[in-house]
Amino acid sequence: MGSDTPDLLLRIDGLHKRFDDHIVLDGASLDVPRGSLVTVLGRSGTGKSVLLKCLADVIRPEAGSIQFDGKPLNMDDASARAEFRRRCSFLFQSNALFDSLTALENVALPLEQTTDLSDAEIRERSLEALRQLELEAHRDRYPGQLSGGMQKRLALARAIVTRPELVLFDEPTAGLDPLRRNAVFAMIAKYQRQFGFTALVVTHDVTEALVASDRVALLDKGRMRFEGMPAEFSASTEPVVCDFRDSAAALGTSLAAIRRGEALHSEDS
Amino acid sequence: MIRAVGSHTLTLVHDLGDFALFTGRACSSALGARRLGRRIVRAGFEQGVRCLPVILIVGMFTGLVLGLQGYYVLNRFGSEGLLGTLVSLSLVRELGPVLAALMLVGQAGSALAAELGIQRNTEQIAALETMGVSSHAYLVTPRLIAALLVYPMQTALFVTVGLWGGSLSGSLLLGLESSVYWSSVERAIEAQDVRECFTKAVTFGLLTISLCAYHGFNAHRCRGATGARAVSASTTRAVVQSSIIVLAADYVITSFLI
Repeated sequence: MGSDTPDLLLRIDGLHKRFDDHIVLDGASLDVPRGSLVTVLGRSGTGKSVLLKCLADVIRPEAGSIQFDGKPLNMDDASARAEFRRRCSFLFQSNALFDSLTALENVALPLEQTTDLSDAEIRERSLEALRQLELEAHRDRYPGQLSGGMQKRLALARAIVTRPELVLFDEPTAGLDPLRRNAVFAMIAKYQRQFGFTALVVTHDVTEALVASDRVALLDKGRMRFEGMPAEFSASTEPVVCDFRDSAAALGTSLAAIRRGEALHSEDS
Repeated sequence: MIRAVGSHTLTLVHDLGDFALFTGRACSSALGARRLGRRIVRAGFEQGVRCLPVILIVGMFTGLVLGLQGYYVLNRFGSEGLLGTLVSLSLVRELGPVLAALMLVGQAGSALAAELGIQRNTEQIAALETMGVSSHAYLVTPRLIAALLVYPMQTALFVTVGLWGGSLSGSLLLGLESSVYWSSVERAIEAQDVRECFTKAVTFGLLTISLCAYHGFNAHRCRGATGARAVSASTTRAVVQSSIIVLAADYVITSFLI
């Protein structure tokens, strides 16, 4: 391996997945260097979440291979699957917090169920994770009693409590306003550097992704159409990249126009 | 027509196989499950303590009605003294296990199906799997084990309260000597009856809780419905099928043990 070859934690090669006649992934490939924050961009419905769920073994791909830490990942091998799940965490778009458990119980759950730690050690590590995510004061609250941002942080606390090497983020900013989108990306970038895990994020928020990520990729029609540095993405003249960038910019312009229209309307009235 | 019958038959066979695999997986997950004791206690509380009022109320009224009806029927033949026999055998052999199971299906089973359905909808079950936690071991196994313990206890309680209800009707309201009632109860019940009662209770517990868990767990596969409607449809299906299976299993067990 040459010195300029990045140390890859994850390599996805030619993933295929279809639902009935609808092809979602059509040979998607991606390299994720160790310790980096990689964002996969793409329009809604292009298969970004399916790609992550294939990685997390929530969905089985029909073809393709995944290499984790240099070794092929065989999800049919129970011990290999358990090993991968121990080293990888998944943050769902909906957070998937257990609404009948308190914040502390939510964070403690993966430790209780997958490790042989004592109750005292589990409590200590769970409290530490809550402290690091600034949620210690809310440890006895249920997820429903927390704000959207706190729920996101709680989900992240649960994801990092097992000290994973890879964290998969499924649309972490979906449904959030621009300020909160910024805050969530800042949170991911901050904790990714603080804890040193490798982060793979899927989103359609271009601006935030370009600022926070080490590398970006563009998924379109089931394939990766671009992979590179954020600056390269911004400067790319590839039609598919330009289309995506322009459509994102056009959306921003439309939203601004709508806001201006609303402002004029309110002035008229 | 033939195609429709064939299709339905294939679906039924597939669903039965799927249910058998689901139950088998939940049972085998007990081996190696972590911190199972706490979850069994919590499930036992949900199925036991929370269902206690309904078991007590229904048990009491069943006994009262049996006492009243039984007294007037036996009175025609001058055999009021056998009221204890009638009430106790009816309760121990049939009504106790069946009605207690139906009450538990209505309360604990429906709650379980709805809870698991919502957990499936909100990706909590998928989250468990991605954490490397067996969702069967975490969500279903403790409920099954708790059911094996709680159903016989609830049935015994139902029968006891029912016997007291029969005594209240017969002795307090209709003037039958209390000692006559209780001595006929004592003479009527044999070890075989108690065995039959508990066999039924354990079987009903296993069948109904695994069926309710199965429907809730697979709410996302509900045909023709998604989201909240899928949860509601799977809960309804769980309660209806569990109620039917209690009566069908009761017939099968009775025909073998009688």
